[in-house]
Amino acid sequence: MTNFELLIPELTLLVTAVVVILLDLALKNKWVLAALSIAGIVVSAGFAISMWGGDSESIFFGMMAVDNFAIFFKLLFLVIAALVILASTDYVSKLKRFQGEYYALVLISALGMMLMAATTELISIYIALELTSISLYILVGFLKDPKSTEAALKYLLLGAVASAVLLFGMALIFGFTGQTQLGDIAAAIQSMSLSGVLSSPGLIAGMVLIIAGFGFKIAAVPFHMWVPDVYEGAPTPITAYLSVASKAAGFAIILRVFFSAFGLPEWLSLDWGMVFAILAAVGMTVGNIIALTQTNIKRMLGYSSIAQAGYLMVGLATVGFVSPVMSDSSAYAGQSGLLFFLASYTLTNLGAFTAIIAISGKVDSDLIKDYAGMGKRAPLLALALTLCLISLIGMPPAAGFMAKFYIFSGAVQHGLLWLVIVAVINSVISAYYYLRVVKVMWTGKPASETKVPSSIALRVALGLSCLGVLIMGIIPGFVMKLAEMAAKMFVS
Amino acid sequence: MDFNWLTTIIFLPALGALLIAFVPRLSSRGVRWLAVVFTFIPLALSIYLFTIFDRSAGMAGVMQFEESLSWIPAINANYHLGVDGLSLPLMILMAFLGFLVVLISWKIDLRPREYFAWLLLLETSILGVFCSLDLLLFFLFWEIEVIPMYFLISIWGTGRKEYSAIKYVIYTLFGSALMLAGILSLYFTTGSLSMVEIAQGGLGMIQTAMPAAAIFFLLLVGFAVKLPVFPLHSWLPDAHTDAPTAVSVVLAGALLKMGGYGMIRVCVSIFPGVAQDYALPLIILAVISVLYGAAVTLRQTDLKRLIAYSSISHMGYVLLGIFALGQVSLTGAALQMFSHGVITGLLFAMAGLVMHNAGERDLRKLGGLARQMPIIVVVFSIAGVASLGLPTTSGFVAEFLVFVGSFTSSAVAGIQVATILGVFGIVITAGYILWMLQRVFYGEPLKKFDKVKDASILDRVYMFAFVAVIMLVGIYPAILTDVIKMGVAPVMGLLGG
Repeated sequence: MTNFELLIPELTLLVTAVVVILLDLALKNKWVLAALSIAGIVVSAGFAISMWGGDSESIFFGMMAVDNFAIFFKLLFLVIAALVILASTDYVSKLKRFQGEYYALVLISALGMMLMAATTELISIYIALELTSISLYILVGFLKDPKSTEAALKYLLLGAVASAVLLFGMALIFGFTGQTQLGDIAAAIQSMSLSGVLSSPGLIAGMVLIIAGFGFKIAAVPFHMWVPDVYEGAPTPITAYLSVASKAAGFAIILRVFFSAFGLPEWLSLDWGMVFAILAAVGMTVGNIIALTQTNIKRMLGYSSIAQAGYLMVGLATVGFVSPVMSDSSAYAGQSGLLFFLASYTLTNLGAFTAIIAISGKVDSDLIKDYAGMGKRAPLLALALTLCLISLIGMPPAAGFMAKFYIFSGAVQHGLLWLVIVAVINSVISAYYYLRVVKVMWTGKPASETKVPSSIALRVALGLSCLGVLIMGIIPGFVMKLAEMAAKMFVS
Repeated sequence: MDFNWLTTIIFLPALGALLIAFVPRLSSRGVRWLAVVFTFIPLALSIYLFTIFDRSAGMAGVMQFEESLSWIPAINANYHLGVDGLSLPLMILMAFLGFLVVLISWKIDLRPREYFAWLLLLETSILGVFCSLDLLLFFLFWEIEVIPMYFLISIWGTGRKEYSAIKYVIYTLFGSALMLAGILSLYFTTGSLSMVEIAQGGLGMIQTAMPAAAIFFLLLVGFAVKLPVFPLHSWLPDAHTDAPTAVSVVLAGALLKMGGYGMIRVCVSIFPGVAQDYALPLIILAVISVLYGAAVTLRQTDLKRLIAYSSISHMGYVLLGIFALGQVSLTGAALQMFSHGVITGLLFAMAGLVMHNAGERDLRKLGGLARQMPIIVVVFSIAGVASLGLPTTSGFVAEFLVFVGSFTSSAVAGIQVATILGVFGIVITAGYILWMLQRVFYGEPLKKFDKVKDASILDRVYMFAFVAVIMLVGIYPAILTDVIKMGVAPVMGLLGG
């Protein structure tokens, strides 16, 4: 069963990427490339939307699934890619060479992530992951200055180790169950007796290694060491891209693997649920506490993204704690909370980074102290950044508030009140460093009185993100409904 | 009643804030007039609502002017507004202060657009807290309030303003973080976010999954930080002292009341049983707050800090009244919230005026100002004696009701002792208020203050409004108690009294 028409969104993106590379050779006017990339993304998103709500279909002999869950993520990645390209135009136009390749690589990595969200088989998961990662390694080193190169090298080395660990874990699972398809793995595990599972540590070891491998992608403590350096060294639009897309893809695949393959029996899901709960508690605490002392805004947001990964893992832990006898309405609270949080976090972080691109581009510094007086020099940029930071704290009227409320309410429902209390106290800690940036912007003395102008593309990207943040913070019903549908589809 | 009164009242200030922030080329005069218009209309509307509020006995406990819209179907949250006898006085209080603080801030010259925009947003969020009947909506307004406060203190404050602002934020967020956990637990155990529904469903709705007392305390901590209750009070003196005058007025006048209101509306109404079980430790905390607050106030040498500490003591009476759990004591607590809002609002306004005109706030360096400030001294003294509870002022009625109510309450054995100890707080209050007035206004006139001016015409306008309300409630308290008892009656019903 090779229903190629179900792959049209991905194929559109692939064709766009190739065309962009080819046109780069012929065209002098490079902004056409950005426009073309965005057009390709819009078309691809159109195809993806047209598939929304249909029945789940399996293609390529069960290697990939086209369900609402996958489509939700595909749309998310497309939105991210479009906003990142919009935010990159200024940045890229300063590059002397390889402008076409830049856009093409962004598209190809987005393609890899779209595949990741859909794959249901271990080997294709690995391939999709590598497609994404290799494009991102190149993008991180795109500036070719010492910092960027160091970041790329670090990312590549640690990423390769993580991939190896992941592969090893997959091999153990395969050796233990004899299957590579997630559904078959689940069936194999359920057919075993409890003592049969316990007598062979292979399954548990495999799961642990898989968590470690994916933990690298989502920047979960203790697999987060690469984050601050890579975030600082990479071109800022790519940092933004990494901080949201790579993380979202990681969560998509973790959710799919652990729910589909290891969701039953219950003691097993409670096991990994507990692992994620502990990783969540440790991750947010470590991320927030180290972020307190940062002076570089990109590094600060790097640690903040580690903490946010902790909040997101609360959703994963909830998924593990859902008892299979749960009634339908709360059975997917963890998934839908996680999806909504990801959507909110994505827009918020993209907004924050877009504002930073706009400001740093003119001030030529990433140090927080150089943001002094931005409230005067660029009031709208400062206002937008303030909104995004407030959203990251999780305060209304921004999306982050609703996201936290939603994901934590799922956790409380499934007996994780302790984790929620750790998480809410962590948001209080985080308020301190987010608000420090706000304080510097609005009360600091500006170094000069000159205004900070920004390009139209940046303003559009920033405007769209902030609009999304506000809408999801005040009337989140629609996105919650989408998240719920995506999660529900996935449960059945 | 088709017109959405409450939505209009709540969001007019926010609309004004948006206009002030984004209308291009607005003169600073225009900003002020916009602020006046967008705070006066809510005040007028809320007074109108007060007059048409149905006071008949059959309406006791019924929410009036209700609005309900489905807001987030996925989590069963509604945009549900309404007021009853408890929230209406507080809503009017906020609308009243919201208008007067615009007048008080008339002389602000630093970045007036941002200032008035934040001030109006603050009003919207506090009004929203008092009118929300949905826990998520309530919490949303509760949290929004922090942001304008942060900016107002850290930009327009004095002294260690940035430190005080962040301290305020961290304390509040800490409280509301636990409150969020409490709301989530409540939502999980009852499946509803409607305060009315949960309160009417009673403890029966709460399943055994989680001890009710745990939820009660998660929620209580959030409110206790706001009130504030000893030992969670230490943000208050800093925030009050360093905030600009108008913000101190709102902070003491209306913001603290969010804590007391929340305790009655959420903690006591939803968990009457738990409230009875734990009344004793809370009453002890109330007495400590009263006495400790008053004792610390005696030692203050900074005019604003002195008034700030006195709030801790006065909010102790509110806590005492609430957890004495009697009809009279609850009415007294609710009235005390209103009365303290007006009195302390006036005290802060007067302190701000003295500071502004004399350029000095240290009590040791002030003195003899009665000659230069004949009007201010009279009004300041009225506020002072109202604060210590002199008859014919609202402070007397409110504190009297609290004491009578808690003395006769049967909620806790030995509450009489607590009440007597609480009454002793009044004596200390008399001490520090009179001492403060004496040190500021009497004694030898100082040469350096020779050129100091008295209140301007504009100042007299708001001074008169404050004094009129204090006297009105003091002489004819039924105007408020008739409304409040409509709100207290259902709570008493839940308490089985």
